[in-house]
Amino acid sequence: MTNENAPHAPRVGARANYLNASYGVRSWLLTSDHKRIAVMYLIGVTVFFAIGGLAAALIRLELLTPAGDVFQAETYNKIFTTHGIMMVFFFMIPGIPAVLGNFLVPLMIGAKDLAFPRINLLSWYLYIIGGLTALWAVVHGGLDTGWTFYTPYSTVYSNGWVVVTAVGIFIAGFSSILTGLNFLVTIHTMRAPGMHWTRMPLFCWGMYAASIIQILGTPVVAITILLVGAERLFHLGIFDPAQGGDPVLFQHLFWFYSHPAVYIMILPAMAVISELVTAFSRKPIFGYKFIAGSSIAIAVLSFLVWGHHMFVSGQSVYAGLVFSVLSFLVAIPSAIKVFNWTATLYKGSVSYQTPLLYALGFIGLFTFGGLTGLFLACLGLDIHVHDTYFIVAHFHYIMVGGTIMAYLGGLHYWWPKISGKMYPEYWSRVSAWVIFIGFNLTFFPQFIVGYLGMPRRYHAYPEEFQVLNVMSTAGASILGIGYLIPLVYFIWSMRYGQDAADNPWGATGLEWETPSPPPTENFPETPVVTGIAYDYLTGKEEAAVG
Amino acid sequence: MHFLPDQASTFAGHVDALYLFLIAVTAFFSLLIGVLVVVFAIKYRRRSADEVALEVHESGLLEIVWTVIPFVIVMVMFFWGASVFFRITRPPSNAIDIYVTAKQWMWKLQHTDGRREMNELHVPVGQPVRLTMASEDVIHSFYVPAFRFKRDVVPGRFSVAWFEATKPGKYHLFCAEYCGTRHSNMIGWIYVMTPADYEAWLAGGTPGETLASAGAKRFVENACNTCHGEQKGARGPSLNGLFGRAVRLQNGQTVVADEAYIRESIVNSQAKLVEGYPPIMPTFQGLISEEGLLQLTAYIKSLSPAAAASAAAPAATPAPERMSTKP
Repeated sequence: MTNENAPHAPRVGARANYLNASYGVRSWLLTSDHKRIAVMYLIGVTVFFAIGGLAAALIRLELLTPAGDVFQAETYNKIFTTHGIMMVFFFMIPGIPAVLGNFLVPLMIGAKDLAFPRINLLSWYLYIIGGLTALWAVVHGGLDTGWTFYTPYSTVYSNGWVVVTAVGIFIAGFSSILTGLNFLVTIHTMRAPGMHWTRMPLFCWGMYAASIIQILGTPVVAITILLVGAERLFHLGIFDPAQGGDPVLFQHLFWFYSHPAVYIMILPAMAVISELVTAFSRKPIFGYKFIAGSSIAIAVLSFLVWGHHMFVSGQSVYAGLVFSVLSFLVAIPSAIKVFNWTATLYKGSVSYQTPLLYALGFIGLFTFGGLTGLFLACLGLDIHVHDTYFIVAHFHYIMVGGTIMAYLGGLHYWWPKISGKMYPEYWSRVSAWVIFIGFNLTFFPQFIVGYLGMPRRYHAYPEEFQVLNVMSTAGASILGIGYLIPLVYFIWSMRYGQDAADNPWGATGLEWETPSPPPTENFPETPVVTGIAYDYLTGKEEAAVG
Repeated sequence: MHFLPDQASTFAGHVDALYLFLIAVTAFFSLLIGVLVVVFAIKYRRRSADEVALEVHESGLLEIVWTVIPFVIVMVMFFWGASVFFRITRPPSNAIDIYVTAKQWMWKLQHTDGRREMNELHVPVGQPVRLTMASEDVIHSFYVPAFRFKRDVVPGRFSVAWFEATKPGKYHLFCAEYCGTRHSNMIGWIYVMTPADYEAWLAGGTPGETLASAGAKRFVENACNTCHGEQKGARGPSLNGLFGRAVRLQNGQTVVADEAYIRESIVNSQAKLVEGYPPIMPTFQGLISEEGLLQLTAYIKSLSPAAAASAAAPAATPAPERMSTKP
């Protein structure tokens, strides 16, 4: 590393970059710059995360006492539905790909933009329109089906805004499809000279795998949700048993997408962790090919496990066996990743800066969350824990402990590049610890209360479950504060933060070869890649610009 | 604080043993990874700003080892989990029949002698109980944590399941599948009684009309007897001794006449035509209530006393999905 790249090096004068290239609302709303679109996504997902988080706070408030005394039952049901829909469809799925992926994929492969910049902007509009449509439904009375829309409740019995919300999710689905398409084409066709597949950063491999699922899976949920809307409006009788339809058919269609969707959330998170672990160990990643290959293996296997959501639905015993064994197999590529990350730390030069703290938190929480997933793949055991708080705890370990930790870790890692500013290191370390502690206190008790038999989506519950619920609510309060801290200092840093160096972490990767923040065209001249990714040991740059 | 619910069924011990094994594996690997991460992070912490890492060569052998070990462990889990699952999904033949109707937001439980209970079920200890469940509206799920037992009740089909209680006491009955506004009020109690107490409970109170005789009345009301009678040259097949027997269909397939088959033949009579009979039976889709269907089924079962008691086993595999049973 040259002196110019030393951490916190002061910079002389303001260079032209994507943020100051033009001003005004129009210059943002009509931009086709992937970096600006990423920033617009960042604002969008933050707003939807805040709404979903507020709903979570209300859920935990209600569950502080066994009696359903804070909200009416119907209101409570609408609150947890809002929480699920906002978090799943408008935060978790777009989260890492649309924010970090949008910003970084072109930078990492040495491209000037995504393959279809205007389609990228269209994706953002579809996402916002879809989100606002769903939000309109929430504001005008909400819906109470749960985010899973199980029939025939959603098609015949629910009184909520099912069709409006379905339309919102349908529209946002196209955003996801187009983003996935954009990434796939970009990664295939726009890599810089010398950027072979095996030299590509693992972040791009993760995005590639997630994009495959987005393209293949999302149309299925789009059709399914459209069928729910059509059945509700026109009484088609596809899922309604009173007309000879099959409600379990809905579950097959829904989970055919929605289980792979879990991997749309976690594959990009794993991709972030691969970057963070190697950067803060200053060491090439251990088992590059195994990590890259396991991403693809997860993407493929993810389409073959949906039936594990239906072990108690009356699915045939033999289908249950097949889905059980396949669900166990999908755990193995995840285990391979965890072992390789751990091995990367071995004999590294490990620096505990904030992004690494988040990454280590991720490894711990994801490992635990992944292992508890085995309980649900296990036929005899799933019968007891299915639809209890055990599964709620499990998927929050994956999605909150996994994906959100990785998202925040990635945001801290690339924030200097995105904003050109540094955030306060002390407070960011505090936030990582507060989130880790608050998270565990919130969700660990839910494993126990779930095994004791507390069903999910209960507005009121028997008194013997109260102690564990109080612990969970206490943890949620800490977790909530943990999420507010970064929100405050990120905003603060934009005005008051120190200017960031081009490469504040001394990391490899083409994105760190550009100024912070990068110019609109990313690279004045197309970079040429001459070595492997994460080449920390030979001391030479991974790529020479020019 | 307790970490396990009461163990009150023959499943509970098996499920808990499996649970403890998975907890042991989870604890081992979580600690292994946690300790390694912490030890590496401390031992190899960066001591000076320009410190570089030491070179570590990749190891194909190591990758194979940490692929094969998890594979072996999850296969153990799979086979163990499947064996417990088989135990839970195969009812024994000597079970007491209970008919369950679920609706927003209550459980109606009927004994074969006609005794009805609301959100409460009394069962004896040490005797298998076979549930034939129907939903009048949305999907519900019959969940008794102390039994480690749960089964969705899906509208449009019968869900057949069983348990055997082992410990007298009072246990939670929950609806586990979200079913609308008062989902968390769709709860009740299972009273497990000693055989003597159970006999006393059965003796007290008036049982009312048996399910089978209520079914027999409906059989006449709906004019089923005009075709499914005992007279020679009847237009429909006789139902005597039908339950539990193999039936040859017009398309050459053979099905076992279980609850699911009987139900389907009533509401969707053209789905499985019996060999040698014309497709003249009208559909009763939407014309008979779920309770009526349960009564008719109980009646038809009562026409095969031997089968209903002993040959229930083949019919006992969970009602196959309707999709997969169609030719």
